[in-house]
Amino acid sequence: MIKLGVPSKGRLMEKTFEWFGNRGITLKRSGSEREYAGAVEGAEGVSLVLLSAGEIPRELAAGRIHLGVTGSDLVREKLADWDSQVTSLAPMGFGYADLIIAVPDCWADVDCLEDLDAVAHRFRATHGFRLRIATKYHRLVRDFLTRQGVADWQLVDSQGATEGTIANLTAEAIADITSSGETLRANHLKILSDGLIHQSQATLFAARAADWTGQQGDFAVLVHQLGLDAAKL
Amino acid sequence: MADKAQSRAMAARLLDAFLRAGAVEVTPDILQPAEALLDLYGEDIRARAYVTADPLRGEMMLRPDFTVPVVQAHMADGAEPARYAYAGEVFRRQDHRGAARSNEYFQAGFEIFDRADPEAADAEVFALFSNILSRLTLSATIGDMGLLRAAVDGLDTLPERKAALARHIWRPKRFQHLLARYSGQIAVPKARAELLAGARSDRPWIGLRQQGEMEARIAALQADAAAPALPAASVNALNALAALRCRADSAPDHLRALKIPALEPAIARLQRRLSALAANGIALDNLHFDASHGRSTMEYYDGFVFSFAAPDPVLPPVAIGGRYDALTRQLGQGREIPAVGGMIRAGLLADLEGVL
Repeated sequence: MIKLGVPSKGRLMEKTFEWFGNRGITLKRSGSEREYAGAVEGAEGVSLVLLSAGEIPRELAAGRIHLGVTGSDLVREKLADWDSQVTSLAPMGFGYADLIIAVPDCWADVDCLEDLDAVAHRFRATHGFRLRIATKYHRLVRDFLTRQGVADWQLVDSQGATEGTIANLTAEAIADITSSGETLRANHLKILSDGLIHQSQATLFAARAADWTGQQGDFAVLVHQLGLDAAKL
Repeated sequence: MADKAQSRAMAARLLDAFLRAGAVEVTPDILQPAEALLDLYGEDIRARAYVTADPLRGEMMLRPDFTVPVVQAHMADGAEPARYAYAGEVFRRQDHRGAARSNEYFQAGFEIFDRADPEAADAEVFALFSNILSRLTLSATIGDMGLLRAAVDGLDTLPERKAALARHIWRPKRFQHLLARYSGQIAVPKARAELLAGARSDRPWIGLRQQGEMEARIAALQADAAAPALPAASVNALNALAALRCRADSAPDHLRALKIPALEPAIARLQRRLSALAANGIALDNLHFDASHGRSTMEYYDGFVFSFAAPDPVLPPVAIGGRYDALTRQLGQGREIPAVGGMIRAGLLADLEGVL
């Protein structure tokens, strides 16, 4: 059986069911509303596994599921060398979110990374510690700022309400996902003009570590049914 | 691949050679306080080192290198001059797969803390490594971070611009961006122009950074905008310097041909070092010079740098080293001493000696 991991609740689950439904494959939860079991109709040899979206990258990396739907931001954040562990089969066109760097709007002198870098240097000299950036996307933010040659910053972990950390004096800048920017504006923050780290969307991934023995036939049919490029795996 | 016992035996052999060369053995703890390393390297080190927590000592790291604890030990209670040697495991997180990427491996190293004659100390370390590695066919490269620093310092421009460039010598991308900005090759962004024309936010002030800090930076930006652009000739000379690769014995001539007057003291130092290397039996016509050597990978070196590399480009260098005077200043709490040293990857050396 090809195990397909899908987010177990909310909009991400509904949109995923809809995406597969549009391609002739019906995914549904079996049993009661609260039971995390699923069923697949319209595709041979595929079984549905309902999981938390945040756990799908780990399950793909371990090869416990063959296919999985989750945000591309989560895969890049949670998996080292992500494209050596999974293959991106299809961007699915929903669950859009941008991972961005934002600073207080009142910082009129900061518009881009060049400004952030210069301010970080001055901030460290004045306050005696590196400029703090609150985020839960440690790997993505660290890689981005290192690649861009920004210095004198540090990451502080923030698992929620990240936009509030600056007013609470626990960070000077944030790196977080945003779709409309409403929360940023409400918290008096602005996005750096070149501070877009990653444009995320729900994506269908295949696991390289999964046992594909004997699954190739069903997989080829599934790929054809979904209208995907089979050469990718 | 050498197993752990073979790597450890090789590290012991190297340590022995360093002790015979007059070094005293130092044995830093495997668990190092994270604070000094974080302060020195910033977030980069979190990506490369294993961080753990101790209930009494706080955040700790599994030793990612020996140089920092050796410098700390010397600055705390070392006699001068001093020669130190060490051998042991270092631990590095790896974000990428590949056989050449080890999470833990043996290093053996040798460090000199001596004020008397820095170029002689540079040559002593290099010649010692060269002799130890002489059974292998390795490609040896030297460089000198002091050249780029001197060239930046000699630019005819605002001290703030020179400080910003010097700060980013180890980050070539940002360095090039700043050069392009200061020389007018990239236009002033719209937001900067509006800021200089007086644009301010109407939103409330939030955060720890104070309004006065912003005003001070805006004043600095105004001064920057009023300053003349860096001449294209200066930028070209700096880029030509950064790109210089040649045989070591011809490096002084090539450097003088760049016609950067501020380089002269650094070129004189390079010549003294080359003479000292030759006096130690190093064949200069077989030695590569690269003015950007170690620029993006060897962050705490600020003068002489060197490496010995195997022909296979997938492998990390067998040995690297260099001068780190500024590191002793940062860790010395007000004191400093010229220091130079290097380390050999014992397991890799065992592999190569087994093959050749």
